[in-house]
Amino acid sequence: MSDFQAEFSSALLNPDIPTPEGVVNPDGKPATKRFDVYRNNVVHSLVSAMEEAFPVVKKIVGDGFFQAMATQYVRRNPPHDPMIMFYGDRFPEFITGFKPAESLPYLPDVARLELARRECYHAGDARPLDVSALSEIPEDKFASARFTLAPSLRLLDSLYPVHSIWHFNSVAQIKISNPQEWIMLTRPEFDVVPYLLDHATFTFVQCLARYQPLESAIAQCETITDDFDLSAAFGLLFQAGIVTNIET
Amino acid sequence: MANLSQYTNLPHQAGVGYKAQHLNDILAAPDDLAWIEIHAENYMGDGGRPIAQLRHLREHFPVSCHGVGLSIGSEMPLDTDHLQRLKHLVDWLQPAMFSEHLAWSTHEASFLNDLLPLPYTQKTVDQVVSHIQQVQETVGRQMLLENPSTYVAFAQSDRSETDFLAEVVKRSGCGLLLDVNNVFVSATNQNYSPEGYIDAFPTHLVGEIHLGGHEEDSDELGAPLLIDSHSRAVVDPVWQLYDYTLAKMGPCPTLIEWDNDIPEWSVLTNEMSLANDLLERHAQVAAQ
Repeated sequence: MSDFQAEFSSALLNPDIPTPEGVVNPDGKPATKRFDVYRNNVVHSLVSAMEEAFPVVKKIVGDGFFQAMATQYVRRNPPHDPMIMFYGDRFPEFITGFKPAESLPYLPDVARLELARRECYHAGDARPLDVSALSEIPEDKFASARFTLAPSLRLLDSLYPVHSIWHFNSVAQIKISNPQEWIMLTRPEFDVVPYLLDHATFTFVQCLARYQPLESAIAQCETITDDFDLSAAFGLLFQAGIVTNIET
Repeated sequence: MANLSQYTNLPHQAGVGYKAQHLNDILAAPDDLAWIEIHAENYMGDGGRPIAQLRHLREHFPVSCHGVGLSIGSEMPLDTDHLQRLKHLVDWLQPAMFSEHLAWSTHEASFLNDLLPLPYTQKTVDQVVSHIQQVQETVGRQMLLENPSTYVAFAQSDRSETDFLAEVVKRSGCGLLLDVNNVFVSATNQNYSPEGYIDAFPTHLVGEIHLGGHEEDSDELGAPLLIDSHSRAVVDPVWQLYDYTLAKMGPCPTLIEWDNDIPEWSVLTNEMSLANDLLERHAQVAAQ
């Protein structure tokens, strides 16, 4: 009996494995249809969780395609803990290797964006600093200042216009003209607010998020563009309310 | 200073499983609702709207915290990361009640998102008792253990569910959550008397009752197979079994559980008033 749960759980996820021995009806007879209730519950509840988690992926591929793809994902990648709100973290990689989705090369990044939006939604709360905090940095400490950004901040760069694709499929049918996108997600209060950034500004935020000193963040941006506008970048950071601390 | 809630007990009235889509209805008439229950796992994020809503609700209502992911019936050790998340939630929420299930849902690194059944043997009693002790020690309070709804039996079981539960409560010191719909579902599926189950149940240790709806199906031999779906109104035979239960044990905080195909708020208030009518009647009988 020591491995009964191993046998039981394998059979739940794999329809080719027969009902485990010893699983019976009230008369002690094999109980295949009864066991199938558990099989259905497990797969159905996890596929439903995936549908809730990836509504835009589902909209792009259609209900039937999504069900089939999510069912395969669920069987191969059951959750590793009971935090269903974050389930699906390996879905982008799964889609990349999923042959029938080959013709939609941007789809894994759409899934990444939907994951990032959920992480942003559930992340810790933080009180942002006002822009006046910048003027309190002593001039000789400016270059070495390090910034702590809000825990809800998520950054995603994609070779595809995935934010626009997401927007098109969930908010309004906009014209998609960007070749690629640099996306910043913030959560000022309870709702996720997306920003599309240029490459240099995205890199700036990314460097600060990695706790690099200001001068090294600026240097990185200057490798991308000759006319990096530091004050515009700061304006955006404080308007978005994502700076929670400055260490000088 | 400890963040103590003003609500340390659930009233002997009907409460409801909280769903975010009902927030405005609930706050529009808070006096009409006696208490709420939440699923612990939905409030284990770090922040954002769900946590803010719960912080607000706990100021207005007693909260029962119902875990669905601990896997107490597992033959493997408990997931200590998850147990710590639960402890964190219970520490700040200070719920009036905390409950979990006699079931397993995790095996090795896989969480199966369902309440799976276990055979009833000395070995599984020992495992469940030791897991409950670990939970109660970590969380620092008594928990209630809920009877499951089951679709299958196990050839290796050597005792009834009520005997199993009686030994678990005696050795672990936990209380019980009696899900009357689960009793009806399991009794139908396993072909025993639901009233007989209630008669054998240690009802003096019950701290909370659950009522919910189920779906009807049949197995390959044509025998009835009820499925605990939490997607419908409580059916008449379950109301009768609830009445029978209250006659035995007296009034008890009673939850209306509805987790799928969630209806309008008025449907839930109607279910709650049906429960409150019975609770009131049995309170009067008890007072005589």
